[in-house]
Amino acid sequence: MKKIASYPDSLTEKHFHYCPGCTHGTVHRLIAEIMDELEIREETIGVAPVGCAVLAYEYFDCDMHEASHGRAPAVATGIKRVHPDKVVFTYQGDGDLASIGTAEIVHAANRGENITTIFINNAIYGMTGGQMAPTTLEGQKTTTTPYGRNLKEAGNPIKMTEMLSVLDGPSYIARVSAHSPKHIRKAKKALKKAFQMQLDGKGFSLIEVLSTCPTNWGIKPKDALNWLEEYMMPVYPLGDLKDIKEVE
Amino acid sequence: MAEKVLMKGNEAIGEAAIRAGCRYFFGYPITPQNDIPAYMARELPKHDGVFLQAESEVAASNMVYGAAGSGARVLTSSSSPGISLKAEGISYIAGAELPCVVVNIMRCGPGLGGIQPSQGDYFQATKGMAHGDFHMIVYAPSTVQELVDLTYKGFDTADRYRNPVMVLGDGMLGQMMEPVEFMEPLDPAELPKKEWATDGAKGRETNVINSLALAPEELEAMNKKLENKYKRVKANEVMHEEYRLEDAEIAVVAYGTSARISTKAIDMARERGIKVGLIRPITLYPFPEKEIAATCDQIKKYLTVEMSTGQMIEDVRLAVNGRRPVEFFGRLGVVFEAEEVLQRLIALGGDN
Repeated sequence: MKKIASYPDSLTEKHFHYCPGCTHGTVHRLIAEIMDELEIREETIGVAPVGCAVLAYEYFDCDMHEASHGRAPAVATGIKRVHPDKVVFTYQGDGDLASIGTAEIVHAANRGENITTIFINNAIYGMTGGQMAPTTLEGQKTTTTPYGRNLKEAGNPIKMTEMLSVLDGPSYIARVSAHSPKHIRKAKKALKKAFQMQLDGKGFSLIEVLSTCPTNWGIKPKDALNWLEEYMMPVYPLGDLKDIKEVE
Repeated sequence: MAEKVLMKGNEAIGEAAIRAGCRYFFGYPITPQNDIPAYMARELPKHDGVFLQAESEVAASNMVYGAAGSGARVLTSSSSPGISLKAEGISYIAGAELPCVVVNIMRCGPGLGGIQPSQGDYFQATKGMAHGDFHMIVYAPSTVQELVDLTYKGFDTADRYRNPVMVLGDGMLGQMMEPVEFMEPLDPAELPKKEWATDGAKGRETNVINSLALAPEELEAMNKKLENKYKRVKANEVMHEEYRLEDAEIAVVAYGTSARISTKAIDMARERGIKVGLIRPITLYPFPEKEIAATCDQIKKYLTVEMSTGQMIEDVRLAVNGRRPVEFFGRLGVVFEAEEVLQRLIALGGDN
């Protein structure tokens, strides 16, 4: 009998701590499925961030290294330089990657560090309780923008993925979304390609995943899916931003 | 016996690290330690090693964290303001119990300060480098030969205790040239395998490098474990040296460059009949408190000499515990002369 679906070997049996309606779990599962399909679980070292995914090391059933806030690309660089034959990925949120860790992600990407970064953008700080992220939308209410994000005072939603895609180092950069089955299938395809780029030694790859945070957005999980599509996608359009295989 | 070579302190550190089996260096330029990264950039590729100039000291210390966690012997070096930035990574390294060697070639602060030699980072190195209850094991060499010996030893100590080790020098020591003798090089492939390292869970349970403990009991257990380790370090790793102390009534307590200058001042004072000797801590953490306390019956006065406004003096006073007066001499920004220390010794000796 052909097996068409099962619980991924690359996930532990630990239950996720994520809130109902949060898409972290979906993305975790996609990464685990990809590790299974590429048969790299025993070759992979994941780097967990500070943020809601801080406990990612309890979920991925591969070697895991916890980073300090924003430094995952630097930690991953240290690991990859010692073990260039292993697969190294970082899993980072928008506060981690797009705020405190901007220097680390820019320079890891620019060096073409042969690692894969999964960048979860849900336009808010989750773990600390709903503060403004650099990716927070104009007018979006958070605990630190209680009257809505005012661009004149708080700056603009930062487009890290576009910024990184103009660098020479990266091999593959794309933005996907995790809010519907159709988008999740596309997200998996992009994530798998990002890991494959690393396996092929092509250098830095990054997939930004638009994600939901119903708890801190203050809306129901189902409404959060709609909110992502209606408000986030126009600011953060989906698609491939850099692909050296297409350039070749 | 190996042949002696004339070498600059900073470069000698690099060579000692390579001979200790270190093949990874992550750093960021800052004066007066720049010869270390330059040496590593030149020499590591010849040993199939990796030199990487990071985008910042923050990133460099986190690269060290990653490399150490995945099982490598790894070195980083900086000077005072850069060490402040490395503090974040070092706290994580200490919390996750990883071995590495950090070199601080001290310059004068605070803030941007200047590039003159200094010992103003004693507190930073031995007390509160960063957040949380942790200690580095801190070596304070006073010659280029000792820079070599303690850097080499530092990698073993770091591995044995799974703890960051700091080699604390200053701009004068780093820039000074002296004849040195090197040990036979170690082959990193022959070092014991680190079973806890994140190098891919092939045919084994997964490894996690981490310092997060959310449950209160778990958090306390993590800190108790560290505390017990520091007790073992204190019991086993104290190093100090005594000079002309046998009949001394005054003891100078000084480390590193200050100890070198003080040695000369002690010889000059001895010629004048002042009974003075030197206690030189070689480890600043663990501090030779028992060794200093043991001299209290004999020594009538202590003079702590530092290139600071007085930092190590607090540890000397704790060791002496009020039984004898502990005086201070120090300058910073400028390096003091032996003559200046001598004048203080004459003043102290004259009170006898």
